[in-house]
Amino acid sequence: MRKFTIAALALAAVASFAVSAPAATRDTVRLGMVLEPPVLDPTVSPASAIREIVTNNLLEGLTRITADGSIKPALAQSWTVSPNGLVYTFKLHTGVRYHDGSPFSSADVVYSLRRAMDPAAANPGRNLFRAIDKVEAPDPATATITLKYPFATLPYVLAIGDSSIVSEKTVANNRTNPVGTGPFKFSRWVKGDRVELIKADTYRDKDKIKLNRTVFRFIPDPNAVVNALLAGDLDAFPLGVPAEAIAQFKKDKRFKVSIGMTEGETILAINNAKKPFDDLRVRRALSLAVDRHAIIDGVMSGYGAPIGSHFSPLHPAYIDLTGVYPHDPAKAKALLAEAGHPNGFQVTLRLPPPQYARKGGEVIAAQLAKVGIQAKLEPLEWAQWLDQVLARKDYDLTIISHTEALDYDRYGRDNYYWNYAGNKDVAAMVERADREINPAERNGILQEIQKRLALDAVNVFMFQLPKIAVWRANLVGLWENSPSPSNDLTDVYWK
Amino acid sequence: MSAVIAQRLFAFLATLLATSLVVFLVLEVLPGDSAQIMLGVDAEPDAVAALREKLGLNRPAAERYLTWLAGFMTGDLGDSYTYSVPVIELIVDRIAITIPLAVMAMVLTIAIALTTGVFAAAHHNRPGDWGVMLGAQIGIAMPNFWFGILLVLFFAVTLGWFSAGGFPGWEDDPLDAFKALILPAVSLALVQSAILARVTRSAVLDVLREDYIRTARAKGLSKRAALWGHGLRNAMIPVVTVMGLQFAFLLSGTIIIENVFYLPGLGRLIFQAISQRDLIVVKDVVMLMVIKVVVINFLVDLLYVAIDPRLKTAT
Repeated sequence: MRKFTIAALALAAVASFAVSAPAATRDTVRLGMVLEPPVLDPTVSPASAIREIVTNNLLEGLTRITADGSIKPALAQSWTVSPNGLVYTFKLHTGVRYHDGSPFSSADVVYSLRRAMDPAAANPGRNLFRAIDKVEAPDPATATITLKYPFATLPYVLAIGDSSIVSEKTVANNRTNPVGTGPFKFSRWVKGDRVELIKADTYRDKDKIKLNRTVFRFIPDPNAVVNALLAGDLDAFPLGVPAEAIAQFKKDKRFKVSIGMTEGETILAINNAKKPFDDLRVRRALSLAVDRHAIIDGVMSGYGAPIGSHFSPLHPAYIDLTGVYPHDPAKAKALLAEAGHPNGFQVTLRLPPPQYARKGGEVIAAQLAKVGIQAKLEPLEWAQWLDQVLARKDYDLTIISHTEALDYDRYGRDNYYWNYAGNKDVAAMVERADREINPAERNGILQEIQKRLALDAVNVFMFQLPKIAVWRANLVGLWENSPSPSNDLTDVYWK
Repeated sequence: MSAVIAQRLFAFLATLLATSLVVFLVLEVLPGDSAQIMLGVDAEPDAVAALREKLGLNRPAAERYLTWLAGFMTGDLGDSYTYSVPVIELIVDRIAITIPLAVMAMVLTIAIALTTGVFAAAHHNRPGDWGVMLGAQIGIAMPNFWFGILLVLFFAVTLGWFSAGGFPGWEDDPLDAFKALILPAVSLALVQSAILARVTRSAVLDVLREDYIRTARAKGLSKRAALWGHGLRNAMIPVVTVMGLQFAFLLSGTIIIENVFYLPGLGRLIFQAISQRDLIVVKDVVMLMVIKVVVINFLVDLLYVAIDPRLKTAT
């Protein structure tokens, strides 16, 4: 009898808390993310989690990247380029205010960009500003950027988080309390759990913004992500829903599934300086041995576009080079024999933590075994990967997704972790592309680069990392693709 | 008595000093560069070097050790490399979850374990005993995260009574915050109480065989009265010992349950700090954990004395 009473009391206690999960109010949206940002200032840290929260929402650049990847004006109303391509003149919006009420002017542009270029600062993205000679403010509503050489990517560079326009007055606290000019202002950050933004009354187009409040919650565990969506704790998970769970969400009418593309080229990276990979035939054999479709099916449940070079299929200059090395184990074996390895060889395959690498490693090891290459799998945590692979180049093969947009320029770098021997040639091509103002000519050079990387088989180019998203069926305006890391909420509303 | 306290204090400080040295040395040999991790894959080498300088990572190890130790002694735990906020703020945020969760789980554990354990002992070798032991066996065998997932699927996904996880914070609505900890506390308590119930049962059984229980029965007390009046208190020493260990474990933050319910507790903080090489956070949190274990052990010793006054003279 006593036990029964206790049980009844316990049930009553549970029931008294059993208020059903609060229905999302129509002016709030709750988004989930896998990783928590370390800080909220994109000008001091490269973490994409920062950009996914603040870019286009809290902080703005002179320009912005839109859902389809095109570059539009943001803090600049418009801009003109001098005929020689060296001077960009930006006409700025007037009457713009920061979230703390202070006015924005061209002085802030000069301050922000000079700070971003400052060699003494520990700014991870400084290389982006390599072409800029000087930034000036002829009057409060005009900013000019003078280049050392023509640099056609400038409007794009000005749109990303690294180029966010900040106020000198508040910049010191931007890591934990960012102040910008965007449609949403910082409300609070409960470390480890969530960041909250609220609509900014200071925003110049505030009547167009339909959301009053947005919450970004951090859920690292894939099972918990699925449960949080099903339980109604989240309205959207815009990037990184586990691929295995997609079938379940597709059947559920409450949700919309969106499979888009990120800028993440996922590759089997090769240490080109290490024997036997210094031999082009061996690298080509690797490319022929790997079956991209089997990897996409096995690792990503079939989501992800195959690629044949290091270039995003979203870009207008993209050419499909997957046919250069079709899956052909017999030809791979013949090439290996020709290179003096008729019985294959042994390699280590170092794997960072993401699923595409850990699961992908197993699939690739099985495929390499079929042509005689024995791959020993070595799981590493991120810190070890950055140290051993990226910094010390102590590896044979590794799997990694390069998530920056337009990151083909890495192939031109000296001393990058691939140890690519053709880097000087690629660097020259990248510079030619940088300097080319005519878009068609420029795309031609970008295609040359794609072909060169494929022919040199620098790495095995596998697939473009998909943007696997799930959101409430009546939520409108989130990005399908991810041309740049951002969850732009400017046009998001409930139907 | 004061000699005893002095002796304990000395042991406490020696433990802390030894631990601090071990923690520091272990983190010294850990591969990975904090500055490189913060700036990421595409950082220029000179930017990484500038950050290393700023964080003071280039100074000699002995100097860094002494600076850290001196800071710790004076209550200055330093700033987190990753979050750029004082470590103490991070820890305070996290223990606002971990301590209430540990207390809730422990209260549940004690309530379940003592009632079922004593019940099983009183029904020794009868169906009630078998039932409890079978339940305890299942509880021990079942991983708590799996039980946590089942609870989420049933109470959050199917019934919608609870959130699937997360923690809203105490400042807005304490009731909501309390509610967010119920399912995690139940998941933790299930396994812990299974262990504690078994300990309680065998401790009570041992006591029931003692002469003084037979004497109590002989002078006419009912079995129940003999058990509650004479048996229970004597059976408590091993039970309290295990309780102390369990509470120390729960207070360290339970990384797996924190992951299932995505609670930003102490376990997740230290896990993140290790993987991001936020070494200052790792060092500080480990030291706090050591302090906490030593304090709990001390409290358990005090409880022994309260339970069995004979121990007072023994020390």
